[in-house]
Amino acid sequence: MNRINYLFQTKKERILSIYVTAGFPKLEDTIPVLEAIQAAGADIIEIGLPYSDPIADGPTIQESNTIALANGMSIKKIFSQLLGFRAKIHLPVVLMGYLNPIIQYGVEEFCKKCKEVGIDGLILPDLPMSHYLEEYKELFERYGLFNIFLISPQTSEKRILEVDQHSNGFIYMVSSHAITGAKAEISPEQEQYFERVAGMNLSNPRLIGFGISDAATFQLASSYSQGAIIGSAFIKHITNSTAIPEDIQSFIQAVLVKE
Amino acid sequence: MMIKVDEKGFYGNFGGAYIPEMLYPNVEELRENWEAIVASPTYQEEFQSLLKDFVGRPTPLYFANRLSESFGAKIYLKREDLCHTGAHKVNNTVGQIILAKKLGKKRIIAETGAGQHGVATATVCALMGMDCTIYMGELDIKRQRPNVERMRILGAKVVPAISGSKTLKDATNEAMRAWISDPVGTHYIIGSVVGPHPYPEMVARFQSVISEEIKWQLLSKEGRENPDVVIACVGGGSNAAGAFYHYYNEPSVRLVAVEAAGLGIHSGKSAATSVLGKSGILHGSKTLLMQTEDGQVVEPHSISAGLDYPGIGPVHAHLHEIGRAEFVGVEDEDAMKAGIFLSRTEGIIPAIETAHAIHALHQIEFNADDLIVINLSGRGDKDLETYIHWGNY
Repeated sequence: MNRINYLFQTKKERILSIYVTAGFPKLEDTIPVLEAIQAAGADIIEIGLPYSDPIADGPTIQESNTIALANGMSIKKIFSQLLGFRAKIHLPVVLMGYLNPIIQYGVEEFCKKCKEVGIDGLILPDLPMSHYLEEYKELFERYGLFNIFLISPQTSEKRILEVDQHSNGFIYMVSSHAITGAKAEISPEQEQYFERVAGMNLSNPRLIGFGISDAATFQLASSYSQGAIIGSAFIKHITNSTAIPEDIQSFIQAVLVKE
Repeated sequence: MMIKVDEKGFYGNFGGAYIPEMLYPNVEELRENWEAIVASPTYQEEFQSLLKDFVGRPTPLYFANRLSESFGAKIYLKREDLCHTGAHKVNNTVGQIILAKKLGKKRIIAETGAGQHGVATATVCALMGMDCTIYMGELDIKRQRPNVERMRILGAKVVPAISGSKTLKDATNEAMRAWISDPVGTHYIIGSVVGPHPYPEMVARFQSVISEEIKWQLLSKEGRENPDVVIACVGGGSNAAGAFYHYYNEPSVRLVAVEAAGLGIHSGKSAATSVLGKSGILHGSKTLLMQTEDGQVVEPHSISAGLDYPGIGPVHAHLHEIGRAEFVGVEDEDAMKAGIFLSRTEGIIPAIETAHAIHALHQIEFNADDLIVINLSGRGDKDLETYIHWGNY
């Protein structure tokens, strides 16, 4: 069974997913960061593949992408770092990235490598549903990779149902009209949207991302879904860290405190 | 082979709409509505009247006597430089602002490189009383000061793009992010034949007035609608798309697309996408793209800020792939010389982008009696600094 499905079957609430850019803050930090995230009690890890033009990301993640690329991170490099990582990391891991570097690497080769190292799913913001269904679905399925779709407050009910039909693993609910990391608070309109989607009885679990940064926002998001995703706040926290495992431990434990 | 966009926004292997879900409703709204709105009589009445009285169309098709003599062919210049705001860009912004109004949008955003599209957008926003924000790379803001001030005089807010290389592609990224953040009230006026479907076709359609006019103007001057050669410069490719549009499917007409070869195609400082690019995805469409082996987008170079975009519109990638258009790379130095040459033979100081198209006359073969149309896409006022700095005149 895919690790993502196993997780959602065994844990129903307050699932915490942490996003980190590969090769950040230093090139060789990837694996130590994953280990620290797991040790601190998170449930899912999203590894961001850095890209020169990440249009769905806000300034914090953009900056981390620029730094990771300058550090020498690439798809080749991340696969070499991930080789054998399943001896240490048992959490579900999804790769989040933009389509172009994957196309240049070779989509099938990419899927094959993902399976080889033990990746469970992919989040590709610039791969829309229609292109996925026509060009990629069969390939992803052949290599056991879940494609995680995004929905936003603007997504129509009809389309949410379509997304639900084609999803496996979970649905990534973008919390607002925003790019990643844009806001610190959750507005009443956002809550209405969370509630609306929660009431749709979708067959896939949902994680809420964008704008989730601390215990309060994590708690609120979790009350309308199975959990949430934290990216920019985590990246900020480790940017200038001199004691990465300790800083990750304290960050994640603070998020997981019940208020 | 008919050159035409298909239902999914592809020209052959290039195009499509590779966009984040957050933009899906906006792009879908546009895709579903734009053609019907543009075809409606009320739209057309407003559009045609603005093109005539505000933009100053039709622009002349001017027989360049001395230029013709010196090259030994019959050369006409399509005078887009005489459009209001100094370049063809305004054809598209007029078209899109009326569309935005009909879609009930309150706010306009746009990206700009050299500032020509930014000025053309700020101009139509002032005309329609709409709120306007222009994203421009921080480096370009420093390089193109007069255009920044023009936009501000026109009431637009100019926001610096401080990410990445701080130029056009980063300004486009920022505009897309801003669109994601206000999808309901905002219309994004993309300035070239790039971006997700339906933008490339929509922008080409608004620019197609160029070749539409060339056809009837040539008929009255020469008794024929079709020239032997049409030449236009290509950054993203909007003026070329406009000049080629009604000739795509006229195989007797040679289409020449002129790219910026910068300091030399293989110098590492160039914007010759057709030679250096590989198929990839940028700003929502699949096209030829300058990129590293790892698929990271490369920052191009050209002396003209309007040509240094790392991609080309998907229609041009298609024209290149099937061999319908010839692609020529003109280097910085040659473009500058051609700009001075045109100034002195015809009394027209061209934009440096356009000067690339002029120099292509040295790089292609043609017969002595050939009828050649060059799209004179913009005037050189904005480039005075660059001409002065180059100094060789």
